[in-house]
Amino acid sequence: MTPRPSTFAVPWLLAGPGALFFVGLVLLPLALTVILSFHAYDYSTGIQNTFTLSHYVAVVTDGYYLEIFARTLRIAALTTLICAAIGVPEAYILSRMRDPWRSIFLLVIIGPLLVSVVVRTFGWSMLLGSQGLVNQALQLLGFPPVRILYTETAIVVALVHVMLPFMVIPVWTALQKLDPMVEAAAWTLGASHFTALRRVVMPQATLGMLSGSLIVFGLSASAFAVPALLGGRRLKMAATLVYDEYLQELNWPLGATIAIIVLAANLCIMLAYNRMVEARARRTLG
Amino acid sequence: MHKNGPVALIFHILVLTFVLAPLVIICLVAFTPENTLSLPTAGLSLRWFEAVFAHPDFVASFWNSIWLATLSATLAVVFAVPAGLAISRYTFPGRDFLNALFLSPLIIPHLVLGVAFLRLFALIGATGSFAWLVATHIIIVTPYVLRLVLAALSGLDRSAEQAARTLGAGEWTTFRRVTAPMILPGITGGWLLAFINSFDELTMSIFVTSPATVTLPVRMYMYATESIDPMMAAVSALMIAITAVAMLVLDRAFGLDRILVGQR
Repeated sequence: MTPRPSTFAVPWLLAGPGALFFVGLVLLPLALTVILSFHAYDYSTGIQNTFTLSHYVAVVTDGYYLEIFARTLRIAALTTLICAAIGVPEAYILSRMRDPWRSIFLLVIIGPLLVSVVVRTFGWSMLLGSQGLVNQALQLLGFPPVRILYTETAIVVALVHVMLPFMVIPVWTALQKLDPMVEAAAWTLGASHFTALRRVVMPQATLGMLSGSLIVFGLSASAFAVPALLGGRRLKMAATLVYDEYLQELNWPLGATIAIIVLAANLCIMLAYNRMVEARARRTLG
Repeated sequence: MHKNGPVALIFHILVLTFVLAPLVIICLVAFTPENTLSLPTAGLSLRWFEAVFAHPDFVASFWNSIWLATLSATLAVVFAVPAGLAISRYTFPGRDFLNALFLSPLIIPHLVLGVAFLRLFALIGATGSFAWLVATHIIIVTPYVLRLVLAALSGLDRSAEQAARTLGAGEWTTFRRVTAPMILPGITGGWLLAFINSFDELTMSIFVTSPATVTLPVRMYMYATESIDPMMAAVSALMIAITAVAMLVLDRAFGLDRILVGQR
């Protein structure tokens, strides 16, 4: 059924109130934040009514901020890689299971998505602490205790845990579209298991993996709870930096600048990735 | 169908262990009788759960979060159902813009939304009010409802509506008696998903809550940065329990995989 021919009044009456609400509470605050990032700031008198590029200059030239951005990108990239390395095979294993196991395990893997990030991060802080289970297990095996909490390792481990469902879901969805008989046909035609996996399953899984990576990378780069609770005072990431500028330094214009950079980077990566995924989809699926 | 080999099953078990470990440890430690975060070795105790219910801040934040999630999920449905009808049923100038606008909170990091709301509220003098907190949560959860409403509408057989119209029902009656009941599963699933997302939200809320409107995740975050004792584990265990119940309802009613597919 095609949508009704072009009418104007009815759909806008239906969606209008919501649209106004969203313009007022999404577009307007974002615009105000962009403007705020150009306001000058003085530590004794607060936000000035003069405009300056100094915050942007400071952020891209000061080694302190560059180090935090580099750490953010490094952690997000590493998290994405590990999520792909775990999530793609796991989704494939899930897709080869029979019900009811398949539904049960899928629920177990993606269910934690709905548990608050604070809760999951707290769980990891107990596991990774100096007296935590991981260290106790290491000592039982005769290794010396290691300091994991308040390191980048702790942040990456917890981020992988938080982000894994975002990788499993798209890969699993992509694999659902693959008829298992196609893989069987490849074997019948003499392909080895490895070749069938590489030539039949992987192209399909890659589509899901690309969109999963995009989500995981974007969310990891702007994650707040995990670095705030597991990174300690010194291991800041972009989000915890913004939080500190806003609520501790009270330098809102600088905080706004970093937030806008995070948003712009997020949107750019998303657009570039979308292009790539679409081009790839066209190539592989014809 | 082909069986997974032993290597695949070992890998699967390792992944399950990794996924469940932090949640299991929380639920175990929550029952400890000790004063420190430790596994209960000498019997189980409910003392830390009692401590939670005797802690006025946690109780207040819990009810705050429940009200916030209920109101914002309900109002999100009020916005998303008509918007979904407009987007899926009509072609009109601005349709793509509306669709992008309503879904935009999914791609804007919550951190950015948080600072943006804070700036707006500081300028209009709205900081700290519960009503504005609800407004921010509506923004965050509406996309989840809209997506499920759009999915429900696109999978709908239009002939029942046409039959109703042919039999003389008006637009409103047709919606109320035919369309609405058919997309009700989508609406209910969207409401529950919106409720959970609002109930769990931390990163945005931390910028817009005031001491009087602190939500449960924000309270837990503040508590965890100051002191760590088993009460934190008890609150976390309660949150896991609430989420698990909501999840089972969602899964029984609609299939969790179907609802979460594409969610970010």
